[in-house]
Amino acid sequence: MYYVTQILNGLGSGSIYALVALGYSMVYGVVKLINFAHGDIIMVGGYTIFVLLGMNAPLWLAVAGSIGFCAVAGVVIERVAYHRLLNNDAPRIALLITAIGVSIFLQNLAQLIFGTNQKPIPKMFTLPAIRVGGMNVSNTLLNIVVALLMMAGLQLLVNTTKIGKAMRATSEDAGAATLMGINTNSVILFTFAVGSALAAVGAVLYSNTYMQIKPMMGGMLGLKAFVAAVFGGIGSIPGAMLGALILGLAESLSVVLGQSAWMDAVVFALLILILLFKPAGLLGQHMKEKV
Amino acid sequence: MRPIELQVEDLSIYFGGLSAVEGVSFYIKKGQIVGLIGPNGAGKTTIFNLLTGVYAPTRGDIYLEDKSLLRYKTYQRCQMGLARTFQNIRLFKDLSVIDNVKTAMNRQMHYSLISGVFRGPGFRKEEREISHRAHELLEVMGLDGFAHDYARNLPYGQQRKLEIARALAAKPRVLLLDEPAAGMNPTETQELLATVKMIRDKFEVSVLLIEHDMNFVMDICEYIFVLDYGRIISSGEPAEVRNDPRVIEAYLGGDALEEEDA
Repeated sequence: MYYVTQILNGLGSGSIYALVALGYSMVYGVVKLINFAHGDIIMVGGYTIFVLLGMNAPLWLAVAGSIGFCAVAGVVIERVAYHRLLNNDAPRIALLITAIGVSIFLQNLAQLIFGTNQKPIPKMFTLPAIRVGGMNVSNTLLNIVVALLMMAGLQLLVNTTKIGKAMRATSEDAGAATLMGINTNSVILFTFAVGSALAAVGAVLYSNTYMQIKPMMGGMLGLKAFVAAVFGGIGSIPGAMLGALILGLAESLSVVLGQSAWMDAVVFALLILILLFKPAGLLGQHMKEKV
Repeated sequence: MRPIELQVEDLSIYFGGLSAVEGVSFYIKKGQIVGLIGPNGAGKTTIFNLLTGVYAPTRGDIYLEDKSLLRYKTYQRCQMGLARTFQNIRLFKDLSVIDNVKTAMNRQMHYSLISGVFRGPGFRKEEREISHRAHELLEVMGLDGFAHDYARNLPYGQQRKLEIARALAAKPRVLLLDEPAAGMNPTETQELLATVKMIRDKFEVSVLLIEHDMNFVMDICEYIFVLDYGRIISSGEPAEVRNDPRVIEAYLGGDALEEEDA
């Protein structure tokens, strides 16, 4: 029973990674940018919840407000930080450095406004208890179900709708896409908005699960979500999900083995292994560099 | 007299100090098939890039009907009626054949995001209509059997046809074809000839095509503009252009007549 609860725990935290990894993967898929500031969006989402709940807003408003605010934040970040670089075909490294800069900016902005200490989040969702091996796993199950639903929705959006087709077309050849009447700028903005909204959903689950937030929380979380996206095959939606769940499981496995201090090391060892043996990731397509 | 559909006036662009296109003026009447020919590096593709807004001209203007296009972005010009194909095929290779066609119909769909995710009635109705139209286009181009294959798996000739189908999906008024016969054998070229004429009649578009293959151009175009070193050096009906000494000189070189296969 102990193992079952640990597996569920792993899947539960993996689900939060998954929601962040989906955004990483999506943005990378469309503009080939590793948006290192993406992890910090989950922090922005967390603080939005903190502020809204602090103003005695009802729970639904805190959740919706956080998702909406993050979507807007994602759009603003794209407009302010990346837009000109993307439109002028700046080298990838310039984009990457900018993304790291945005990440540092967000972390410090949060410290400036809210202080460096962690903030408590009141209990958000009261769910009927589901006990497995004496442990209440209803929150964990909530995380898993929400993440799976989000992934399925995203998959539908990308594969069957017009904006999804526009995203895939932009991803493959942005130049040809504009010549076919697609406004690639708004497609890119949309991608950032959806990715950030998903991170906010991650923030909701994170706040509900751990009941505290801090300015630097996006750093390691974002990094692990990035590892998950690479592990599963960056650019692939089911890949990001799979990678994140495996990562969560690997973490809880290191806890089971009594090696919780090695938890982060296990994650990055997995990254190194996958890069050595299957650089495109588990579900990634063979990378073909454009000439 | 057929009205003028697309008109270019004094179009010029300089890259650094180099003039790639210099004072080019031409026009296409409604339903006309017009050829833009010239030796390698004459500036033909640059003109396409100017028309579609990939480059902004240094001087001059472009009118679609009576409207200047200069202040419109590339994607808007496509929506207004300028669609093109590419010399080096630029399909969305990882999308299915039918999705390639549908991407160009993006602006013709209006259902909301919510409807798209939850598959509301608006979504289903519009997607059904679009699918129907996309299949029709594929059928016209003889590609319907490949609808659900990846574009990358089509043979070369079919990929060229798919590019035309995709451009038509944008409901253009003027179809810009960039070397449509490149890499085709004589039989395929003959087929293409018939296809382009059929498209012009069926979809009521004007066609501007860039081409190297002189015979193809002479067979299909009603009017021809000849470009050399970024300037129009001759224009007229095929027979006139064919016998214009300036054109012969541009193609064969001033005194190097041994390069006859050029």
